[in-house]
Amino acid sequence: MKFAVLVFPGSNCDIDCFKAVEAIGEQVEYVWHTTTDLSGFDAILVPGGFSYGDYLRCGAISRFAPVMNEVKKAADEGKFVLGICNGFQILTEAGLLPGALIRNNGLKFRCHQTPLEVVNSATAFTNQYSQGEVISIPIAHGEGNYYCDDETLAKLQANNQIVFRYAGDTNPNGSVYNIAGVSNERGNVVGMMPHPERAMDQLFGSEDGKRMFTSILNAWREQHGAAVNG
Amino acid sequence: MAQQLTAKEPTAEQIADQRIYTQFGVTDYEFELICGFLGRKPNYTEIGVFSVMWSEHCSYKNSKPILKKFPITGPRVLMGPGEGAGIVDIGDNQAVVFKIESHNHPSAVEPYQGAATGVGGIIRDIFSMGARPVALLNSLRFGRLENDRVKYLFENVVSGIAGYGNCIGIPTVAGEVMFDESYEGNPLVNAMCVGLIDHDKIQRGVAKGVGNPVFYVGPATGRDGIHGATFASVELSEESEEKRTAVQVGDPFMEKLVMEATLELIDSGIVLGIQDMGAAGLTCSSAEMASKAGNGLELYLDEVPQRETDMTPYEMMLSESQERMLFVVEPQHEAQAKEIFDRWGIICAKVGKVTDDGRLRLFHKGEEVADMPVKALVDECPVYEKPSQEPASFAASASIDTADFTEINDLTGALEKVLASPTVASKEWVYSQYDYMVRTSTAVQPGSDAAVVTIDGTRKGLAMTTDCNGRYVFLDPEVGGKIAVAEAARNIVCSGAEPLAITDNLNFGSPEKPEVFWQLEKSADGMSEACRVLDTPVIGGNVSLYNENAKGAIYPTPVIGMVGLVHDTDHITTQGFKKEGDVIILVGETKAEFGGSELQYVLTGEAKGRPPVIDLATEKTLLNTVLGAIQQGLVASAHDLSEGGLAVALAESCISGRIGAEVNVATELRADHALFSESQSRILLSAKPEQAAALQSLLNEQGLANAAIGTVKGGSLTININGKSGVAAPVQQLEKVWKDAIPCLMK
Repeated sequence: MKFAVLVFPGSNCDIDCFKAVEAIGEQVEYVWHTTTDLSGFDAILVPGGFSYGDYLRCGAISRFAPVMNEVKKAADEGKFVLGICNGFQILTEAGLLPGALIRNNGLKFRCHQTPLEVVNSATAFTNQYSQGEVISIPIAHGEGNYYCDDETLAKLQANNQIVFRYAGDTNPNGSVYNIAGVSNERGNVVGMMPHPERAMDQLFGSEDGKRMFTSILNAWREQHGAAVNG
Repeated sequence: MAQQLTAKEPTAEQIADQRIYTQFGVTDYEFELICGFLGRKPNYTEIGVFSVMWSEHCSYKNSKPILKKFPITGPRVLMGPGEGAGIVDIGDNQAVVFKIESHNHPSAVEPYQGAATGVGGIIRDIFSMGARPVALLNSLRFGRLENDRVKYLFENVVSGIAGYGNCIGIPTVAGEVMFDESYEGNPLVNAMCVGLIDHDKIQRGVAKGVGNPVFYVGPATGRDGIHGATFASVELSEESEEKRTAVQVGDPFMEKLVMEATLELIDSGIVLGIQDMGAAGLTCSSAEMASKAGNGLELYLDEVPQRETDMTPYEMMLSESQERMLFVVEPQHEAQAKEIFDRWGIICAKVGKVTDDGRLRLFHKGEEVADMPVKALVDECPVYEKPSQEPASFAASASIDTADFTEINDLTGALEKVLASPTVASKEWVYSQYDYMVRTSTAVQPGSDAAVVTIDGTRKGLAMTTDCNGRYVFLDPEVGGKIAVAEAARNIVCSGAEPLAITDNLNFGSPEKPEVFWQLEKSADGMSEACRVLDTPVIGGNVSLYNENAKGAIYPTPVIGMVGLVHDTDHITTQGFKKEGDVIILVGETKAEFGGSELQYVLTGEAKGRPPVIDLATEKTLLNTVLGAIQQGLVASAHDLSEGGLAVALAESCISGRIGAEVNVATELRADHALFSESQSRILLSAKPEQAAALQSLLNEQGLANAAIGTVKGGSLTININGKSGVAAPVQQLEKVWKDAIPCLMK
């Protein structure tokens, strides 16, 4: 399986995503923001960072990058697209995911481990977790406060599009319904504020993120007739 | 010489006759020298260039005699002071590059940008050496947090550091923050960056090869930061607010792009010399690069990218617009270099040429507007041996009995008070605003004795810390200087690493005052001796003088940034107690020493008497032995005893480990003395019960005082002194006091 890690000017979690894919032993390549062909990739990771300095609004400029047309095409084709942190912001700005990310309610950047509840373990991104499991994944963001209107929230709930919620009373940013990550209707595009790529090794605080990457691998192999055991 | 002037620029005659140079901090004597070097009177651009090159910030004219004291060599040192940053070998063709730098004055008037650009500047120092920056640290000092202005400064300095470091994607992994009245009005903002490099990639800031083109990269030059270096070399006053324009504005996004493009350029192997434009911008970088190569340089100022109209040569040369670099390649590599910067969307302009005449010549609108000998600019600034005098109060303070306070009966209450003191309290409010995890290498996060960052593709790691207790240095500069180095080394060892070298940031008051110069001298003596004994040479640093205002000087604060090598990630050790039943061992001797202690400050609001004594030979034995024990796998947790002494160290090890402890201290001291003394060369260890005996016999063999004082157990910290109840409190309660202190004050 081959992963693309997009690189926008100002991406800075690109190397962490790259290392995460290497850690599960799959192929991975950096893809420059001006690239106009993603046909060689099975999954696309839109990494965190401060693309275009977060100027104007987080993700607002990146969505116009040439590569984003290809990301949309890939999503339409049913390929897996995962946006993390700034990547999540870019995917909402690009209209690939519902809702928007606004300033943390505490008005400050926050960085720490966070307990996340796996709300939907039936996705291509979470099939190695159990439903309702609480995992530890770090956050690092200043504008991670997920917002959507009531109608959208009702839809998200009805379609099982809420993938992760901040567990218990740990919501770090004031997000609607404690939402930490959502998927599109089809379930092949997920965006989340927490960083699973930073939770690959107990030495750095948690290895709970690893199963996110093996989930994607597993889903891909299922599609291609060679499922693995977690 | 053309007098290419705008209407507002004075002529060379006016500069001389009206002594306009004094406004730039140039003395009559220095002006005479400059005229001698030029063979005529300098014009406005030239006096501007000389004044920044001869400022304390760039020339170290007042501190050179001090800096000479430091040991700067060692078997591992690949590059000592003089370049952007020092470099130390860590084996396997890899080396660690690091440096600390201050941005105190800018942060005092414009805290967000002052701190942000401090971070930006130190990062450039690291990647201009060819190194990949892997971690950031800082050392901050503020006045009392009850003061509204102090809150404003603290809040915005932290935001500025976060804003820059988070955006550029380099983790801010460690630091220290202390609060004391002496820093009111003069906050200290020292930023340190650590990078990794392969030996064959090491760059130098040299303008090599006569005829080679000189390139400018980065954003266009504006009128910001003009005379920043001069501003940093005077005392702050009421007028400082008006000098806000001397503070630059940072753009971390731009620096990220410049960094990536620069590292790619260096990787391509075509760079002959490269230097960042830091203090004194284009002036300092061009003059220093020419000087180091023994060459001259011509700059064509019309080619300098400008973001404002009608900029004069003076303004372009003195601007400290951020995120800019200067480099030299051979002519045939010009296209290759430009292609790299084009791809990153960065301006790359050919602005000059290397010459063989040893002069810095500036051209603008078809005329030569300045012509100065490079050597005079860089090397000929007079060095001053400032008068030094021991303050009258120093001898008298020796007789103060610092342990002579009314015995404290409520020891739990006293512990909580010290834990809630902002200097000791949890800094989570600070570091949770920093992205300390990006690059996924941070194995020990902020809040322990030293941070540890692992090195990809190896089993090694780098431990790093910043340390200095200014109160100790104030009370006895020589002893305080020794303690600063020793404490840094202790922090490094407690994390499982071998101390390698230091970078230092000498933050002092005005060197014109003999008492301040005496502090500078004595603390450098102490630091130097400690560096020699502990084998941690000084590989670079920064001097920030004139940190004083109408109320007086700051406490002398020579901040130590130390880096150590973790030989195997298995050795990584943290301060938190690990497991129920582990044996707690206190290593080192406790005496009743309270001069400059946190308890003294909490009780009296002052620092008085003498600081704790330190014996460097004992310290060295302690460090070697504890590191050996850690490497043998005999240690479960290790924590340096510093502010607040044994009681605070025990509380922190409990809080970090989320577990309690039952402790019984046998001592001849008073209970409060035993718990809060800040005697040096002490470390709190814990060990598995089956390994405790082996650990103690190792310590005994080396003649180190040590005692098993308790057991990791339950959910409370109980400390009995000679069997009598002293401290008893649930760990959660202590944690709450410790964690809530700063957020409460900031509300």
